[in-house]
Amino acid sequence: MSLAELLDVRPAEPANVVLRRATVLDPVAGIDGVHDVVVRDGKIAELAAPGEGAVEGVEVVDAEGMHAFPAFFDPHVHLRTPGQEHKEDLETGTRAAAAGGYCGILAMANTEPPVSTAADVAALREQARAGASIPVGFLATVTRGMAGEELTEMVELREAGALGFSDDGLPIANARVLLRALQYQRLCGGTIALHEEDPDLSGEGVMHEGPVSAVLGLAGVPSVSESTMIARDAALAGYEDARIHVQHLSAAESVEVVRAAKAGGVRISAEASPHHLCLTDEEVRSLDPRRFKMNPPLRSESDRQALIEALRDGTIECVATDHAPHQDEEKEVPFEQAAMGVTGLETAFAALHTELVLPGTLELGILVERMAGGAAPFGVPRPTMVPGAEANIALCDLGAEWTVGEDGYESRSQNSWCAGRTLTGRVMITFAAGQVAFRLRSFSLGVAA
Amino acid sequence: MRHLLAIEQLSREQIEAILDRAESFAEVGRRDIKKVPTLRGRTVVTLFYEASTRTSSSFELAAKRLSADLVSVKAAGSSVDKGESLKDTVATLSAYDPAAIVIRHPHAGAAQMVAEWTEAAVVNAGDGKHEHPSQALLDVYTLRRRLGPLDGTRIWIVGDVLHSRVARSNLIAFRKMGAEVTVCGPPTLIPRGIEALGCEVVHSLDRVAEAEVVYALRMQRERMRESFVPSLREYAASFQIDTRRLSPRQLLMHPGPVNRGVELSGEAIDSPQSLIAEQVAAGLVVRMAILYELLAGGERPAPLAKGEDVAQPTPIGQPA
Repeated sequence: MSLAELLDVRPAEPANVVLRRATVLDPVAGIDGVHDVVVRDGKIAELAAPGEGAVEGVEVVDAEGMHAFPAFFDPHVHLRTPGQEHKEDLETGTRAAAAGGYCGILAMANTEPPVSTAADVAALREQARAGASIPVGFLATVTRGMAGEELTEMVELREAGALGFSDDGLPIANARVLLRALQYQRLCGGTIALHEEDPDLSGEGVMHEGPVSAVLGLAGVPSVSESTMIARDAALAGYEDARIHVQHLSAAESVEVVRAAKAGGVRISAEASPHHLCLTDEEVRSLDPRRFKMNPPLRSESDRQALIEALRDGTIECVATDHAPHQDEEKEVPFEQAAMGVTGLETAFAALHTELVLPGTLELGILVERMAGGAAPFGVPRPTMVPGAEANIALCDLGAEWTVGEDGYESRSQNSWCAGRTLTGRVMITFAAGQVAFRLRSFSLGVAA
Repeated sequence: MRHLLAIEQLSREQIEAILDRAESFAEVGRRDIKKVPTLRGRTVVTLFYEASTRTSSSFELAAKRLSADLVSVKAAGSSVDKGESLKDTVATLSAYDPAAIVIRHPHAGAAQMVAEWTEAAVVNAGDGKHEHPSQALLDVYTLRRRLGPLDGTRIWIVGDVLHSRVARSNLIAFRKMGAEVTVCGPPTLIPRGIEALGCEVVHSLDRVAEAEVVYALRMQRERMRESFVPSLREYAASFQIDTRRLSPRQLLMHPGPVNRGVELSGEAIDSPQSLIAEQVAAGLVVRMAILYELLAGGERPAPLAKGEDVAQPTPIGQPA
């Protein structure tokens, strides 16, 4: 099954392009070499020898020195629709994703109102078919209105096309409610994605609890707020043999809990965000909420190292941006009052390439694998470079330097944690569901033959 | 120095420059006409989003003593009440072309943000639980007058450190001036990781006799509802500074307002070793010095000091 069949996207012409002499890297398929990538009718027709791909009736792109990866899949995006279209909508959010090399994203359900009924899902899917540049899947809330009390009509929501369930933004504080949802999952399927924090332990916290919060006088969110909830929920999932996905891991303790749960046979997957993999709570000393206030908060260097190690060994199987757009007026206020969240779709790959791959911390192949690792936990086929597959390709120039924000953003919001940073590695073209979803403005097609 | 946002940003030399300036203003306070023309024709705005008595009144009086025009804005009853953002309020006040904006705000980093939005010099008069630099400066000033240089002085900060911006700024300032600092309080009221500021942490007053200076913090009544302490009675039993725990050679300080009978016994407050009244008096001259340094300072000597016979502080142990 292709992304176009499973998710929703605005129909467009199928691509007919040859990526001449691209370095093709798909670690999962075992592909690593220079090829002419021939895309015909939206499918990868062949990986031909360099310079030998058939060019009749196709655009030719000189991709020498560039990398063609399976395009990325983000299981955690806030498209803010319905209700907060001033921050993002389906068009701007999917344009941002396409610019970041993504061929598919999952939209969170914590909108206004939350996505809690089949009608909500149906309306969003229709909007996506009208305006989404890349395929979008929608999650529905686990509890009605995200109130944490009653379950949504999960069977009907699945029939309407909800890819899974999440109350993301809020934890499901009541263990009995979550247990019922996990039991009910047997009827309807659909992975339940969990925002893990103990609301009592998090309290009024706005950053990681540690020496930096002590100095700044900001209320802290202790690491155990996250890890104790994951421990609880992993135990519940194991008890019911249910399928859960834990969102945005931030703490070393959480990594340990997930690792132990996996070893114990629990059906659990996990994600980490680029900002938690690249930054620590030291950044908060700037008291800049636009770039450094999010939930979960940036944690210590040892937490960051634990996340990187878990990404490397597969305890964390995917990168998820938790792309959370906010407008200036929600961020141009003192740190404690500012909205939580940063955008990430346009910079995820470039940031991780710059911060982890170039210094030698993480292998490029592992990063490429984890960038698309968010599909499988939700039953979405992993993007691949294998001939015959639907074209889902990110063509990247790993040597290109660019300064984030200099040319504006595709997103409607500007709260990028990378704002002002110079990154190395840039997405030049994105193919999603067989269509050309993005091409860098300064990068023209059809220049070489 | 362009703004005064945090003690953390000041060097020891900058702190000493402000304190030296304050010494010279102490003389002005003894004149019949307690005013100098330094800031004539310039505007100082005080913008207070939190209730304050001593900080607001001393900044206001400091501005007036320096002959500045003063605009005092309190959050209650102003456009802030009507939902105006801090950024818009600052833009509005900036239209008066103020030389300085003195701001108190319930949230950390507010003064720093204001500094990005205005041409005026910004003075942080307390931002959330983060910093209160003018308080730290007046406390160092008070102690320096009594003890001379603070190098090696053993200072204990006792009480609710978690919720106290005074504790943070003073800890940083005392360390910068060379003092050895111990923070003391129940574990629930000591922020995790505060040792990063170079202090020792203890949870009992058993060794308080080691201190030359005991700096008690205000204990707010609502803390007991949030289960930081079981009761004020139990808190006082373990952490109240009274004349039994305090020896006569130790100095006692408190930023005010005091909860008499909670963090301090009435006797201790009124004892001769209490510097609380001196701290209040120091507040005025130190805040004059801050405004002077920011608006007229630089390397120039204070004009009022020229040809004046500036009285020197009396060293400790000598008759005043």
